[in-house]
Amino acid sequence: MSPEPASQALAPSAIGGQGRRGLSFGRRARDRPGRGGPDGIGDGRLRGRAGTALGAGLLGVYLSVLVLLPIAALLDSATKGGTSAFWHAVSSPEAVAALKLTLIVSAIVVAINAVFGTLIAWVLVRDEFPGKSVVNALIDLPFALPTVVAGVVLLALYGKGGPTGIDITFTRAAVGLALLFVTLPFVVRSVQPVLLELDGSMEEAASSLGAGGLTVFRRIVLPNLTPAILSGAALSFARALGEFGSVVLISGNLPFKTEVGSVYIFNQVENDNVSAAASVSVVLLVFALIVLGGMTWLSRRGSRHVL
Amino acid sequence: MSSSETAVIGRSAVPRARSTDPGRARGHEREAGKTARRLGLRFLALGYLLALLGAPVAMIFYRTFEHGLAPVWNAVTQPNAMHAFWLSVELVAIVVPLNTIFGIGIALLIERGRFRGKWLLGLILDLPFAISPVVVGLSLVLVYGRAGWFGDWLSAHGIQVIFSIPGMVLATAFVSLPFVARETVPVLHELGTDAEQAAATLGANAWQTFRKVTLPAIRWGVVYGVVLTTARALGEFGAVSIVSGRLEGQTQTLPLYVQDRFENFDTTGAYAAAVVLALLAFATLLGMNLLAKRTRRDEVV
Repeated sequence: MSPEPASQALAPSAIGGQGRRGLSFGRRARDRPGRGGPDGIGDGRLRGRAGTALGAGLLGVYLSVLVLLPIAALLDSATKGGTSAFWHAVSSPEAVAALKLTLIVSAIVVAINAVFGTLIAWVLVRDEFPGKSVVNALIDLPFALPTVVAGVVLLALYGKGGPTGIDITFTRAAVGLALLFVTLPFVVRSVQPVLLELDGSMEEAASSLGAGGLTVFRRIVLPNLTPAILSGAALSFARALGEFGSVVLISGNLPFKTEVGSVYIFNQVENDNVSAAASVSVVLLVFALIVLGGMTWLSRRGSRHVL
Repeated sequence: MSSSETAVIGRSAVPRARSTDPGRARGHEREAGKTARRLGLRFLALGYLLALLGAPVAMIFYRTFEHGLAPVWNAVTQPNAMHAFWLSVELVAIVVPLNTIFGIGIALLIERGRFRGKWLLGLILDLPFAISPVVVGLSLVLVYGRAGWFGDWLSAHGIQVIFSIPGMVLATAFVSLPFVARETVPVLHELGTDAEQAAATLGANAWQTFRKVTLPAIRWGVVYGVVLTTARALGEFGAVSIVSGRLEGQTQTLPLYVQDRFENFDTTGAYAAAVVLALLAFATLLGMNLLAKRTRRDEVV
């Protein structure tokens, strides 16, 4: 049993034992056989009707106050002026520039994460060196560290006056760097458990048949890892889309240059253009949900072909 | 990850007999090639981590304590800094118990309940991962702000949510909502209802069953979720930034204080506060890693 990698909790869908990939809502909960009752989940017996009803009621109030009402208000505000107002807000030049920058940089960051995250997971699982457990623990640092501190930390080394001589403040590279930092754990923690459980005999068999290392990796290991990589990538992307704290200090938030979607929304709120802010927010949110949902679907499809 | 659980796939260093057999020679080459590749991968991975994580974090500690402990202590004990620290602690102290209790409740509903709306619960649990923190803040303002849905009602009753603690509680609770639930659900799932049903046949009511059977079994999952929730709540920035109004000395949490100091070119103050948060983050990491093993070992009764 692999120890629970800390940011595995970041993966959607804790519903259903080990398969921590994918979204919570959807079929996953239902098609997982559990030790519960005949319907496979629980046996539906929440004992103590009155207490349960009260508890569920309280929970409903909590979730409504906290999540449901605000989201409803968001959707309402975004569509307040009808489709024309929505479209107008979303297609304003600054908004488009911000969204474009966000999408492109996030995509690049995710691609880098897919490669390096897999590499790091590989090294952490398959290699031995002193201090490995410390390195493993540090992978979760971007999750534990407040985002604004991440920005400050990166600036200390790569900003003005840093020892390396590189100054990335107010550049798009800064945005990319900040996003790389905060999305580091996702692919690593997604791939690690899969690698741990991977049976080495397949690889050895391929190797004994004359396959070189790269071939073994490409044809045996990678297909098994793909669902996990995709799932980690989706999480990275969703996170990168909405990232605010680490970017806001480091990038200078120059409109049309280094202003990302979340900063644009923030500025609109500060300028009291709430409806415009809400419209762009909805776009960002829908993007993230689509990516998360899509990757979940893809990774579930992929996992059916896995040995 | 304990080292005993990993294996170096491939050949370990087994001394081979010398031989001029070309097959053996090729084996030696392959051996050397494998080691080279392994080392290459290792250095590539570690180099990346060093450049991205290690060096920046080390730099910040260096820069902060460059001129000794005194300026740091000075910066950290500034009234606004202290207020920010305690405000952050206060928020965590309110939000974590709330999300723990309700998180367990959500997990119980998902794993032990039978009703049609489970997909909605799942969606609510996934939302904080898909939604940007500033959007969280915005949506809360849209409901509880002066021009929001409840704006008139709230001001008529003299309740201030936005630009005040309650709003910040809501924002922090929203973003840190899923963790306890997500950690508890698989544990509950693996646990199954056998023990709970047995308790029922022995006459235990729901509360007794929960307290004596369910809760002890899920405790490490819950604790782990609590650690994650605490980390997330402590570090929250974007959502709180919007709902708090960032009023110095009043509604400024420690992360907001870091930004404030930074924007006012007080790098000492910013770095000092950042280091405090970083140390708390390291404590969280320690907790996470210690508990990670526990969660697996103790999760089933």
